[in-house]
Amino acid sequence: MRAVITVIGKDTVGILAKISAACAGHQINIIEVTQSVMQDLFVMIMLVDISKSTVPFTEFADQMSGLGQEMGLSIRAMHEDIFNSMHRI
Amino acid sequence: MINTKDILETITMIQDEHLDVRTITMGISLLDCCDSDIDETCRRVYDKITRYASNLVKTGEQIEKEYGIPIINKRIAVTPIAMIVASCREKDPVRLAVTLEKAARACGVNFIGGYSALVQKGFSPGDIELIESIPEALAVTDHVCSSVNIGSTKSGINMDAVALMGRIIKHTAERTADRDCIGCAKLVVFCNAPEDNPFMAGAFHGAGEPDCVINVGVSGPGVVRAALAKAGDCDLTEVADIIKKTAFKITRMGQLVAVEASRRLGVPFGIVDLSLAPTPAVGDSVAHILEEMGLECCGAHGTTAALALLNDAVKKGGAMASSHVGGLSGAFIPVTEDAGMIHAAQVGCLRLEKLEAMTAVCSVGLDMINIPGDTPAEVISAIIADEAAIGMVNSKTTAVRLIPAIGKGVGEELSFGGLLGGGPVMPLNTWSPARFISRGGRIPAPIQSLKN
Repeated sequence: MRAVITVIGKDTVGILAKISAACAGHQINIIEVTQSVMQDLFVMIMLVDISKSTVPFTEFADQMSGLGQEMGLSIRAMHEDIFNSMHRI
Repeated sequence: MINTKDILETITMIQDEHLDVRTITMGISLLDCCDSDIDETCRRVYDKITRYASNLVKTGEQIEKEYGIPIINKRIAVTPIAMIVASCREKDPVRLAVTLEKAARACGVNFIGGYSALVQKGFSPGDIELIESIPEALAVTDHVCSSVNIGSTKSGINMDAVALMGRIIKHTAERTADRDCIGCAKLVVFCNAPEDNPFMAGAFHGAGEPDCVINVGVSGPGVVRAALAKAGDCDLTEVADIIKKTAFKITRMGQLVAVEASRRLGVPFGIVDLSLAPTPAVGDSVAHILEEMGLECCGAHGTTAALALLNDAVKKGGAMASSHVGGLSGAFIPVTEDAGMIHAAQVGCLRLEKLEAMTAVCSVGLDMINIPGDTPAEVISAIIADEAAIGMVNSKTTAVRLIPAIGKGVGEELSFGGLLGGGPVMPLNTWSPARFISRGGRIPAPIQSLKN
């Protein structure tokens, strides 16, 4: 099972480090990362493998949004299928 | 990996444009709960609903979190209660309404629908008792929704039921006058009622449905409007194309949620209802889509044409995205639930006559309209008859959900809160249809019913 983590907000030091650390702590493997700056907003998208995750995915999603609030960013972890179903036939 | 642009589009839809799944509705048959003893019937009804739906809310919340898609309501629809109460020696349907309320609270759902009777051709045992109990049932419960089907293309219109429902609506408003007449917001009168509709107040579990089923209603007027705003001054062919593509994406999300909910609950997937269901929140309005197309205000001349285009494009895009489509499927125009409609009614641009015309080309009918509290019952009945005639002749569902604002007149407001919203009391044509309504009988089915 794979999930997509999106981070949108103002660029600050250590975004990638904090999210990577959270993933590693739960045995969540990062498969791919893209990042860019769009209209002054930092946008990072991570594809992660959650099949070996040590926490239920709902809990991880909560942690991510909590981390986002701490850092003043919007962080969402969503199951990959939502994007596949909406954008691929 | 999925395209960054696509990912951000989905996030924007959810975060800024109010994309959501409006409801996961579990349909439950109560036919095997019938008993001649009403206490036993109530016990079986409660047990069956709480057994089947005990995990509905939890599962909905899990899906919501895992996929990051808001699922606004979790609901239950049951077999029309008139059919259940028919078997009881003591015909006291309110006891079943109270049982439904208890079951809804135990399961934690937002609404339970099915306090209903299907009387398009006439009344069978239980029907009259149920209809007459509606004001009481809706006054003593909070979550129970009621519907009555009074006509169909195949059967014509039962004008005795139409006359009765005018009085029932009025009485329901009076019984809940201390709560802004909210009882009437939970009561809908149908022609050609669908048996698999996940939306309230009209959801019930039809007799042809399986024992238990999951139906999903999608939403997303804000997403359609934003897509049109981005496109700028294109022609209407392009407008239709943009709506189709957007409806496709919205519905694919609904289909995913429906299939996932069905798998996790171990209940068959029924249908996805392809609907644009507005909420009173700013940016979630069907009226604003019509205005984005180029109307100064919803209700202006051109509104019916714009709505026809919207409704058709939603169906075309949605039908491709789902394996089973059903329910009401189309754009909703509930006045008090739509910020743009509320505004249009307040400034006097949107009138009842225009709304009636709009119902000929979209999915429901005269929905969530506040009318003066002193409106005679026969005028309410005549509005129902007109609306049912549009549904009957055009082989489509039409519905009437009017709220007589007891003690209030044109321009004053009612406020229901939540998804039901609120809005101004709208003026009505007050010339009397009393003699027409008092005739009773049945308006015969139109010739297109003879298809066999």
